[in-house]
Amino acid sequence: MSLDSNEGLLIRGGPTRLQGPVRQRSLAQRLHIDPPLLLGLLLLSAIGLMVLYSASGQNSQLLLRQGVRLLIAFTVMIAVAQISPRQWCRWTPWFYGLSIALLLAVLAGGVMGKGAQRWLDLGVLRFQPSEILKLTVPMMLSAYLAERRLPPRTSRILIAGGFILIPTALIAMQPDLGTALLVAASGIFVLFLAGMSWRLIAGLGACAAVLAPVSWFLLHDYQRQRIVSFLNPEQDPLGAGYHLIQSKIAIGSGGLYGKGWLNGTQAHLEFLPERSTDFIFAVLSEEFGLFGAFMIFAVFLLITVRGLQLALQSQEPYGRLLGGALVLTFFVYVVVNIGMVTGVLPVVGVPLPLVSYGGTSMVSLMAAFGILMSAHTHRRLLSEGRRI
Amino acid sequence: MSEVHDIQFRGRRLLVLAMMAVLAGALLWRAVDLQLSHQGFLQRQGAARYLRSVKIPAHRGMILDRNGEPLAISTPVDSVWAHPRELLASTPDWQVLARLLDREPKRLQRLVKSRQQREFIYLKRHVEPALASKLKKLRLPGIYLQREYRRYYPATEGAAHVVGFTNVDDQGQEGLELAFDEWLRGVDGSKQVIRDRLGRAVEEVARIAAPRPGRDLVLSIDLRIQSLAYRALKTAVQRHGARAGSLVLLDVHSGEVLAMVNQPSYNPNNGAERVSAHFRNRAVTDVFEPGSTLKPLTILSALESGLYRPETVIDTAPGYFMVGRYTVKDHRNYGPLSVAEVVKKSSNVGASRIALHIPAEQLWQSFARMGLGEVPGSAFPGEAAGRFSHYSSWGEIEQATLAFGYGLSVSTLQLARIYVAIGNGGALPELSFQRRDGAVSSRSVATPAVARQVVKILEGVVAPGGTGGRAKVAGYRIAGKTGTVRKSTAGGYADNRYLAIFAGLAPASRPRVAAVVTIDEPAGDEYYGGQVAAPVFAELMAGALRLLGVAPDEQATVLASNGPLPASAPAGASVH
Repeated sequence: MSLDSNEGLLIRGGPTRLQGPVRQRSLAQRLHIDPPLLLGLLLLSAIGLMVLYSASGQNSQLLLRQGVRLLIAFTVMIAVAQISPRQWCRWTPWFYGLSIALLLAVLAGGVMGKGAQRWLDLGVLRFQPSEILKLTVPMMLSAYLAERRLPPRTSRILIAGGFILIPTALIAMQPDLGTALLVAASGIFVLFLAGMSWRLIAGLGACAAVLAPVSWFLLHDYQRQRIVSFLNPEQDPLGAGYHLIQSKIAIGSGGLYGKGWLNGTQAHLEFLPERSTDFIFAVLSEEFGLFGAFMIFAVFLLITVRGLQLALQSQEPYGRLLGGALVLTFFVYVVVNIGMVTGVLPVVGVPLPLVSYGGTSMVSLMAAFGILMSAHTHRRLLSEGRRI
Repeated sequence: MSEVHDIQFRGRRLLVLAMMAVLAGALLWRAVDLQLSHQGFLQRQGAARYLRSVKIPAHRGMILDRNGEPLAISTPVDSVWAHPRELLASTPDWQVLARLLDREPKRLQRLVKSRQQREFIYLKRHVEPALASKLKKLRLPGIYLQREYRRYYPATEGAAHVVGFTNVDDQGQEGLELAFDEWLRGVDGSKQVIRDRLGRAVEEVARIAAPRPGRDLVLSIDLRIQSLAYRALKTAVQRHGARAGSLVLLDVHSGEVLAMVNQPSYNPNNGAERVSAHFRNRAVTDVFEPGSTLKPLTILSALESGLYRPETVIDTAPGYFMVGRYTVKDHRNYGPLSVAEVVKKSSNVGASRIALHIPAEQLWQSFARMGLGEVPGSAFPGEAAGRFSHYSSWGEIEQATLAFGYGLSVSTLQLARIYVAIGNGGALPELSFQRRDGAVSSRSVATPAVARQVVKILEGVVAPGGTGGRAKVAGYRIAGKTGTVRKSTAGGYADNRYLAIFAGLAPASRPRVAAVVTIDEPAGDEYYGGQVAAPVFAELMAGALRLLGVAPDEQATVLASNGPLPASAPAGASVH
């Protein structure tokens, strides 16, 4: 068992002391917190709040609500980290079942929002169950696959595929194709990390390639419109292409150092739509320029790299699979959101993690980081236990 | 867990990291691409979306009378406009809004809806300050106020025809507002503003050009005399049930228009009163046959010809004579009259006989030099030139009737101009509606000595026995001529429609002002120029001479009022 095989790739000056026998556990370890990761997340949240304040037109009310959400999300993360991965593994089927039930509830009587039925109104709380699936799907797959030896056999992979397909289909019916694809991706990451054979991967890839054109006919009109306007935004500059053109203008006009905080014209003059949610990266780029974009990239990379490192250092297959998949999902979020805002990818409703205004996705994301920390910090206890 | 798995995982780990690096690299490249390579283009695109240039209205110059009294002032006023989409988005209470703007709710709503694609529509222009401040307080979304300027005319009807008016967009439409539009008009400034998506101006970025207010215009009009003239004319027109009337008062030396009024008039501050039939400046645009008021010109020509002297006697008996198949008639048979008496009694026969004796060319020249048939050149819009044919086309009858003012036409202003030339010793100054402070350019149109003789002859008209006795002004010697013109109609001359005229100069010893009063179609028993127009002239002169500070020149009468009658009095007592 040599988990320290990550030198040269992932770790540059990472805390190697965790590898050796430790007599005394630090405060962070006792709290089950990983300081570098926490630092990255706090940094991102701070940048997020700053940009949000500007994007929302200096709406302190909105800023306060986001702050409260962040507080809840961080609390959830720390709470989740206190529970050992084995415990999480045991609870996983229940969570999975519950989240599927919530999805069905949404389809049965969810709240319409922006033309799709995505929200569930619980009176005090209004949230998107599909966001929870981003967490419970990889959890379920990790738990299922970690039961047996890895890599899994084809029959188990097929069953695991079923675990992915059911929620993906339910979310796609809402319809929320973007989230559905991301949920599916988070499950597929688990399969990939579990050691699904290359042959199978190639086979499924080929299938997907064949089915892609067919899927065009299954898409809703607005979804097709998005793809068309992605390919040619100038075709309809006042309609479907409007988001993209305005967003590109916002980013491009930022230049090297940007127009300065609170000085972005596209955003403040309300030219840029969805500027405090999905398109917040455009506001950041306009006001802080290329410099600001690089800064936030660096923070995202720090979180991703540290997350992967934590996942790899986890001893348990469950924590390792889940952690890896969650970090990859996080990274995909970032790539899809920024890709969308910069016009490299079609417009799908994916928020920028911890920066965009919004609640459910933030809480489920932080819960994921909580699991990651749990998987890492509970490792020593287990290994020590085995040594004894 | 075995080594095999770990090796397998290592391959995947490498793959994952490689893919991540590729994706991150792609996004970074995209950011660089947008923010550095396309920065200029995209910045311009952005600016094109929010930068707009906006007009800053400049106010129009004031119009002042010669003493600085305002005749037209631009006052700031607010106009209500709407941003249709913003207004519709706020789902306003149309009933309330319509009541505020005094419009029909349904129509208002339809108007706003039909203009959804616009960014600006006027809802109501030039609203009262009370409504403006009310709207300001209400802060209705999509409803805005725009600062504009509204023209206000303090002299109202009194100076309406001279000053004219502007339209709602501050452009001169009539009168001197039109004539001096370029001078009065301000140059709008412009500023660059940042506009948001809905087109609302958010912030002023730069002032491109400061607004340049229009220049003030100082008129030659004396508002005190103008008001006096207006009252006098209006009273006379009403008393005699006349159709219309005009009055022009000119400064003899400078050619300045001191007063010019017409009836009917209108209030330029009230748009509803602006009926085109009322805002014509008749004194300048309407022509008529001047009749007897032109006789002094015939006499001037006669004296200049050297063929006549003021005391040369012409036999007018039996009160008519034939010219071809036409008959020239007098009021009655005056018998033998001197040249001066021809004017005093207004003998058509006498004037015709004189005119027929003068070579046509010379007569024509005397008339033409006085500006007959040419525009008076006062720069007022729509000046009429009148009709005056060349002597080559004259027959005997034309030459005979010209002598007493028929067969040609003039405007009130043109007629006044002739009297100016006579009063100014034969020098005709250029007319002006602007106050003259410097030297006046004038042209000589008659011999000074002859012009003075004519003035003296005209004094006789106002003296007892003349036709213009009612033009008399206490303390001043008046020179003038009455005219009672039969109006020409389609089939010839009307029997009962007259134009009563009085044209004159004061003070006669050294003329300072010339005035012409025309009353169109007086309806009552009185219709003679001496009865209808002369009293208006007297009332005007009494006030104007005092206001202008002209010293009284009639010592004799002042004494005469408490002493015995002067020797000359009985001479005319027998007539008229």
